[in-house]
Amino acid sequence: MGSTPDFGRRDLIKRSAALGLVAVPSISTLTACASGGDDDGNKVDKGEKSAKNPLAVNESAGLDVVIFDGGFGQKYAKDAEAEYAKAFPKTKGKIKHSATQKIQTVLQPRFNGGTPPDLIDNSGAEQMDFGTLVAKNQLTDLTPLLDAPSVDDPNKKVRDTLRPGVVEMGQFDGKPVWILYYAYTVYGVWYSKTNLEKLDAEYPETWDDMLKLCEKAKKKGIAGWTYPGKFPYYMPFSLYPFIAKIGGPDTLIAIDNLEPNAWKHPAVKAAFEAYYELYKKGYILKGSAGLTHIESQTAWNQGKALFIPNGSWVENEAKKTTPDDFQMSVGAPSSLDSGDKMPFGTIWASGGEPFIVPKSAKNPEGGMELLRIMLGEKSTKNFVKQVSSLTSLNGGTDGLSLPPGLASAQAALEKAGKNVVNPRLQDWYVALQKQQIGVGALGEMMAGRMTPAEAIKKIQKFADDTAKDDAVKKYKHA
Amino acid sequence: MQHGKHQSATAVVAKVPGGKHPGAKSPRVKLSTRQKFERAYRQYGFPVGFLALPVVVYAIFVVSPFIQSIYYSFTDWTGLSSDFKMVGFKNYDWLLHDDVFWKAVGHNVLLLLVVPLVTLGLGLFFAFMLNVGGRSKKNAAVSGVRGSSIYKVVYFFPQVLSIAIVALLFQFTYNPRNGALNAFLGGIGLDSLQQEWLADPKLALWCLMVVMVWCNVGFYVVLFSAGMSAIPKDFYEAALLDGANRITTFFKITLPLLWDTVQTGWIYMGILALDAFAVVQIMTVGPGGPADATQVLGYMVYTKTFRDGQAGRATAIGVAMLIVTLIFAVIVGRLGRRERLEY
Repeated sequence: MGSTPDFGRRDLIKRSAALGLVAVPSISTLTACASGGDDDGNKVDKGEKSAKNPLAVNESAGLDVVIFDGGFGQKYAKDAEAEYAKAFPKTKGKIKHSATQKIQTVLQPRFNGGTPPDLIDNSGAEQMDFGTLVAKNQLTDLTPLLDAPSVDDPNKKVRDTLRPGVVEMGQFDGKPVWILYYAYTVYGVWYSKTNLEKLDAEYPETWDDMLKLCEKAKKKGIAGWTYPGKFPYYMPFSLYPFIAKIGGPDTLIAIDNLEPNAWKHPAVKAAFEAYYELYKKGYILKGSAGLTHIESQTAWNQGKALFIPNGSWVENEAKKTTPDDFQMSVGAPSSLDSGDKMPFGTIWASGGEPFIVPKSAKNPEGGMELLRIMLGEKSTKNFVKQVSSLTSLNGGTDGLSLPPGLASAQAALEKAGKNVVNPRLQDWYVALQKQQIGVGALGEMMAGRMTPAEAIKKIQKFADDTAKDDAVKKYKHA
Repeated sequence: MQHGKHQSATAVVAKVPGGKHPGAKSPRVKLSTRQKFERAYRQYGFPVGFLALPVVVYAIFVVSPFIQSIYYSFTDWTGLSSDFKMVGFKNYDWLLHDDVFWKAVGHNVLLLLVVPLVTLGLGLFFAFMLNVGGRSKKNAAVSGVRGSSIYKVVYFFPQVLSIAIVALLFQFTYNPRNGALNAFLGGIGLDSLQQEWLADPKLALWCLMVVMVWCNVGFYVVLFSAGMSAIPKDFYEAALLDGANRITTFFKITLPLLWDTVQTGWIYMGILALDAFAVVQIMTVGPGGPADATQVLGYMVYTKTFRDGQAGRATAIGVAMLIVTLIFAVIVGRLGRRERLEY
């Protein structure tokens, strides 16, 4: 997950060729297919509906699956496909599986040509824009899947087995559910219990304690925080729930809804100033501004910094560099002061790995059936074990011994209870969140080139510009 | 390289008038349609037969996409579905009022000025040193510096590496924590000069330029060396007899006689500078940052199409790139016009 870059030589040649002087022609070789049809005439016939086959999948039709090959890899999907082949033996050998990090460049032409796959994990730095996919009617409504009985319990609908908020995240306007988020991610301040113990400390529940701990660490030559300066849009993972904690959940909702002056809320200012203080007091690892997510995670694993804003995929992604006794753990944002609107424990958790079934897929029932299998307990346990992340299936971890990071994420969710926030900027307005707020303002502020007041002013302008831009589809929290 | 192509092209053209002769013999005889056709075939068949296929391929893969994308730049096409409508000049209106676009244009123009100038300048300097810059020896009036044949090979190394690898290597070099550059500065006691390089908006674009120059300079050393070895040694001998120093010989003899090659190099480097996509995408913060400090048009086309689903706007940027390119080509053509020297 995140934005693991992979630079295949061929890809680059393709891209630099496509985007050099010849940008114009290459754009249009894609557009050349734009006039191709979106006809639905090439669908496979439906199969027979039964208790074992509630979605009426064609029992002998092929299935075409494209998986984002990021932090979670692709093995979990292959294993689920094997289950699918077991359930429908005639499809054996007809399941086409591919995995890539370049979702956009691989799949956009297929959408244009009207021949998309049956199931896509539209994830990563190069995910296709959901707003456009939905607005252009390119996706299949997943309601039949949600209303089908779950694989484990025929008396329970799939929708009733999911974690709270997952179904809503897949809706844009109105009833249809276009996306099913398979993974469940907990965002926050990640740390090593072991490294804190070395400083005789526990996770600081108040911001004052946080500053004290950072000071103590500084005296020992350890930085308080690090962050992936190359991708400063990691900052929000702990900053946004911090804002919500200070100003209440409505602060974030106003921000997501692009309301005028949403960023001028005092809670935003308080949170920005608190983070800016980390820079001013020299608590941030020197050179963080130039690090990738992998480089900053490695420095954090080596104990050069105590805290890093991140999501629960980090445990799997940083596996190779994490010492055995690291005791990875996630903390909710510390309390700024007693006036905070939400209690300590308030955390950001939401669905990750968005799966979609394209509208013009040949075998949409097959795509949904594979998702149904993946949401069963067997596949879920497999996923949890393989990649140490939770899935959207509520539960499914019983009897498993979870790795430390995941166990702490589970515990953090339990502690948060109802106080889970889910800011949506990163999936609704990617350009605003990443290029403008992330790189354009937060990165500058954390590097000390912009004061909190300047950053807020700039972000507010970015948000207003996005609100005014009619080429960008708008969303609102329900 | 370019020279060889030119010659063979003229050779083909030169044959065409020769083909006329057999048909030109009997102009008074009235010809049937069939005979006319045969005559035309004999006259033009050969060149047409050779040219038809390339022209068709060129029309399909270069000309038609150009025209199509100009068309698409007037639509609100998303790049994700075939459903779009005409919107007139809306994309261009957006373009003209977009800050990031103007930043990107500015960066591209800066790249266009600096990268070719530095690359070709260094290329000329190195090539001159390798070929005529050395101390004079007994038997030859002019020669390269000692070990020049080894240097030639070494200079060419970067050209062999893929730009992806070069960019990644330099990304490690620029890493502010444990990159080679800061380590080197620290090692020789110049800690005060240590920078955040790519993470500093004032330096980021210059860091990219260094990479672009580094990977291309070797090619021009070789290209210019080839050009210089074609310049008769007598010129240098005569100049040296007249008491000219190396700088004078360079500006009065080498450069004027090499001008055609330099101009070709200028165009190649210009194209490269207008691109810069790979280095931006691989190396920079964001990418394109910090705070849009390394945005270039090529990368904008990419993000607008694939990240934002605004292919209509992206094609408008593409058309803007086309215009910048044309302006560049015209300027280079004007500046480069010089009297040709025969030798």
